[in-house]
Amino acid sequence: MAKKKSPPGFNKDSGRRRRVHGMLKLYYGLNEEGKAAEQAESLDPCDINGPHFDPELYLNKLRRECSLAELMDHETCMVKQIRSLDSDMQTLVYENYNKFISATDTIRKMKNDFKKMEDEMDCLSANMAAITDFSARISGTLQDQHVQITKLSGVHTLLRKLQFLFELPARLNKCLELQAYAQAVNSHRKARCVLQQYSHLPSFKGIQDDCHAIMDKLAQELRQKFRDGGTSSKDLSECVELLLQLDEPAEELCDKFLSHARSRLESDLQGLGAEIKPDASSATSAQNESSGADAGSPTDSSPTGLPSPSSPKTDILEFIDRGCNEFVSSLCLVITSYQELFINHPQTGELATKNIPQMANGKLQAFVDDLAARYFSLVEQRIQEERGVGDNSLLVRALDRFHRRLQAVSKLLPGSSVPNQGTEIVIRAANERVKQYLCALQSFYMDSLTDVRQALATPRLSMGGASVVGGPASSRDNPSSLPDLLSSLSSSILNQIKSVLASVHLFTAKDISFSNKPYFKGEFCSKGVRESLVVSFIRFVCQSSRQFCESAGDKGGSTPPALLLLLSRLCLDYETSTISYILTLTDEQFLVQHHTPVTPVTSLCAEAREAAQKLLNHYVKVQGLIISQMLRKSVETRDWVNTIEPRNVRAVMKRVVEDTTSIDVQVGLLYEEGVRKAHSSDSSKRTFSVYSSSRQQARYAASYTPSAPMDTNLLSNIHKLFSERIDIFSSVEFNKVSVMTGIIKISLKTFLECVRLRTFGRYGLQQIQVDCHYLQMYLWRFVSDENLVHFLLDEIVGSSAHRCLDPAPMEQSVIEVICERG
Amino acid sequence: MEDDAPVIYGLEFQARALTAQTAETDAIRFLVGTQSLKFDNQIHIIDFDDENNIINKNVLLHQAGEIWHIGASPADKAVLTTCYNKTSDSRVVSCAAVWRMPSDWDAGNHESPDDSAHNPQTLELLCHLVDSAHGNTACVLWEPMGDGKRVISLADNHALLWDLQESSTQATVSSRATLEGKGQLKFTSGKWSPHHNCSQLATASDTAIRGWDLRSMSQIYCIENAHGQLVRDLDFNPNRQYYLASCGDDCKVKFWDIRNIQEPVKTLEQHSHWVWSVRYNHSHDQLVLTASSDSRLILSNMVSISSEPFGHLVDDEELSEGEDNHQDDKSKEPLKDSVVSTYEEHEDSVYAAEWSSADPWLFASLSYDGRLVINRVPRALKYRILL
Repeated sequence: MAKKKSPPGFNKDSGRRRRVHGMLKLYYGLNEEGKAAEQAESLDPCDINGPHFDPELYLNKLRRECSLAELMDHETCMVKQIRSLDSDMQTLVYENYNKFISATDTIRKMKNDFKKMEDEMDCLSANMAAITDFSARISGTLQDQHVQITKLSGVHTLLRKLQFLFELPARLNKCLELQAYAQAVNSHRKARCVLQQYSHLPSFKGIQDDCHAIMDKLAQELRQKFRDGGTSSKDLSECVELLLQLDEPAEELCDKFLSHARSRLESDLQGLGAEIKPDASSATSAQNESSGADAGSPTDSSPTGLPSPSSPKTDILEFIDRGCNEFVSSLCLVITSYQELFINHPQTGELATKNIPQMANGKLQAFVDDLAARYFSLVEQRIQEERGVGDNSLLVRALDRFHRRLQAVSKLLPGSSVPNQGTEIVIRAANERVKQYLCALQSFYMDSLTDVRQALATPRLSMGGASVVGGPASSRDNPSSLPDLLSSLSSSILNQIKSVLASVHLFTAKDISFSNKPYFKGEFCSKGVRESLVVSFIRFVCQSSRQFCESAGDKGGSTPPALLLLLSRLCLDYETSTISYILTLTDEQFLVQHHTPVTPVTSLCAEAREAAQKLLNHYVKVQGLIISQMLRKSVETRDWVNTIEPRNVRAVMKRVVEDTTSIDVQVGLLYEEGVRKAHSSDSSKRTFSVYSSSRQQARYAASYTPSAPMDTNLLSNIHKLFSERIDIFSSVEFNKVSVMTGIIKISLKTFLECVRLRTFGRYGLQQIQVDCHYLQMYLWRFVSDENLVHFLLDEIVGSSAHRCLDPAPMEQSVIEVICERG
Repeated sequence: MEDDAPVIYGLEFQARALTAQTAETDAIRFLVGTQSLKFDNQIHIIDFDDENNIINKNVLLHQAGEIWHIGASPADKAVLTTCYNKTSDSRVVSCAAVWRMPSDWDAGNHESPDDSAHNPQTLELLCHLVDSAHGNTACVLWEPMGDGKRVISLADNHALLWDLQESSTQATVSSRATLEGKGQLKFTSGKWSPHHNCSQLATASDTAIRGWDLRSMSQIYCIENAHGQLVRDLDFNPNRQYYLASCGDDCKVKFWDIRNIQEPVKTLEQHSHWVWSVRYNHSHDQLVLTASSDSRLILSNMVSISSEPFGHLVDDEELSEGEDNHQDDKSKEPLKDSVVSTYEEHEDSVYAAEWSSADPWLFASLSYDGRLVINRVPRALKYRILL
């Protein structure tokens, strides 16, 4: 209706319609919509739509406030509204009218129907009563017959059972024919008790005997099947189950089962064994294959057929994998099925009393132990073949897998010693590995020493070549080669140690199953890695260094002196830093907890220092020996009585100075300068002039006076009295000056001793004077205390003066001229 | 008990040659030969009075030349040999001769010791050990414990066995052996073995030690590279026939079993310079003296390779009082090879050391500056060995 009226003004129309709805809602008590507006307007009595509307008030208000025209408008508007309201009411009435009509009609119809229904219900109840009556009567009459029928049906079942019994042999036979063993056993089992019970009756006895015969045959057949083996494990277990039900002795069955399993596992083992010795086994495996084919019973997955003869040798991981997949998994399978069959199987009646599980368990243990032992021996054999130290991760992974798979066995057989044995194998392998690494480190060390030796030998050649070509670069390169060699040697050793440590560290990695064993947490780290690997290696380094000293001493310097020097520096570096670094590194990497006492760093350092000292002493000895040999030969081979007047310094002295200088350079490359006693400026000249003019002359003067033979040695004796004793082959300190002092001491002392063994003529003495002055000029700068050189040279000249037939010393100025001329 | 202080005797000249007077078993007597190119050389007869700790000296002139080696006859107290250098016409020749001491050197000395220094008596030459073919003699060895009739001289590369006849006034070469090989080989030193009926000789040349059979004059063994450098001296163990000590320029003292010459039985490295002399004690062969040009003399106790490796087995009760506790402890612990003592009385190189032939606990050492030092084995050790 609102739509019909809406065209004149949409706004007004919509507002009106809402109002209408609102009023209708109000009427019907639905006032959820527009509640707020209502409440706001409700108090105003002049609101025409509000509930408190007062017409009087409204009219008065309008009359008071509005003009006439407005009132007129208002009135028309009001009339219009009233009219539209009326029409709305009318439509509502029309719309609902029909519904009222139909409702009244329905009520009326219902009234009629209920009346009819009451009648029918009455009729029904009457009928039901009649039916009950009848049924009671019928059941009363049928009572007797029902009892009879029950009895008859009982007889019927009995007869059927009898029939079953009589038919049993035939049925069993048929089952046997069809190989439906399970059914046969089932049938027999059902009948067995009955037959047993009525066996006194001849007919039943006959049946029983027949059945027994058949069942024996069946059992025979089952056993045969069992023995043949070829069946799948499911068949097999079925077989065993049936046999058990047939009162077969469980022990025998266990044995049979195990022996059958053994044959299969052994073929696995054979396959593994064949892989270890591929050459020897390829023939046998081929033979196995052919023999298997001949027999016509090719086992479904015989592992003997697997290894291809062409593959030379599988790596350890593959081997272990195969071992795990074939042997260990089938072992597990055997264990589970065995346990299911014999141990966990719910035993019925008489069987339970025989205490089968215990017996079976014992057998299983022995069986597993035996086979596992063989498996382990194979694995160990294989591991021992793993000699190459290149890739440790493979071995570790293999061992990990090996160890992990054995855990399955331990889960299946909780009391078994197998996992422990496995762990022991892993431990042994790890120890073996550590030993191999030690060997590898040692050989690496020796190899790098050989390299160094070669490197020491070659630069000399190349320098010789280069100097001819005239390459200043090469000569500059060469002196630095010694420190370079040292640093490369020590860094390569360190790297090697680090890489070895990294490899060994794999054994204790978190994801490795055996790394959390107490052994690998404790003993392996401390005793295995730290002691027998790292400490042993350091010991080896020290020891081999010492050996250099000893062997070279007898053979007369088979080791190049530069190598001795280099090694001594290496050992010294070890003492100062490297050892503690390596050990700290090890301790950190392996989290070594020192349960057992370990070698302390200090004792290793002491060892290294000792080795360094020994090497350096030996170096001094060897170098001193080389120089003193030159001096000795030069003194011994000359006829000093009949020599000519000295015109220049002997070549050997120049050679001595040259060699000393080159040794000085060599030592300076590796060792620090060291402290020397302060010497005066222009040492060579001044001291020598003192030495020769005052003391020397005084001594000669004394020795020439025949009246006082007692004074011969007085001055030198007094001098010795106040000077410290000189240890010729004494220990040296780790610095250049000390080393050079040692070498020069040895050389000059030799010179002295040789001079004392000779007799000199006048010119012989003079030659010695010249030589000594020359040495004096050059050697003082190398030593820590120049007085030492002075003293020894003094002794030499003094001794030769004593050994001189005609001691007429040369003029100092002449000596100086000769020496400066070179 | 404190050990007696060493007794020092100074010679006027430099000296290298020292020997005990072997035939003299009552008095402690050493002979020293001097080296002087300008003056007449002397032989000093040093008598040591053990009770008073006094040295008596007598000087005999040895005018032939400077003495490099001296040897006393084992049979006749008065007979000795020297190796000396003779210089003539600016040539130096090494010779050897047998000498007799004048019979009254002893008497004359006691009366006026001052005179003897100025007017010493001269040695009487018995014979020269000269063989025209061979030059420089390094040393002369008397037959150990012999009758003073046989000597061996080592000259250059020859070993000559001499027979002394007519109270040593005539010497004839009875047999000879020659060292052959590359280069100029030279004997530096040697020792006549007292074992095997005195039929063996050991010599040192360069770094090798060689053994010789005197009956056939042929080499029986050779220890090549016995020392890293020159071998300076040898000595036989007086009680163990196969044991030999050697020393050399490599500062080492080595002990050899000549049945197995691959490796030394023992090596000592206590000296800091060349070792010039090694001597076994004549009666207690665990005591070994070594002299070195580091101016030291070292007495070692080599128990492990001695003929008495376990010492004497003695009941503790027999030990003299006052020492028993001390001794007890010591005798229980196993004896070890050790340095007994290092003697530092010398200021110059010590070239010779000798045990006294009369007193087994006494020895002398001689350094180049002419200082002779007489020392005793420390008493504690002496009693340990004896008791």
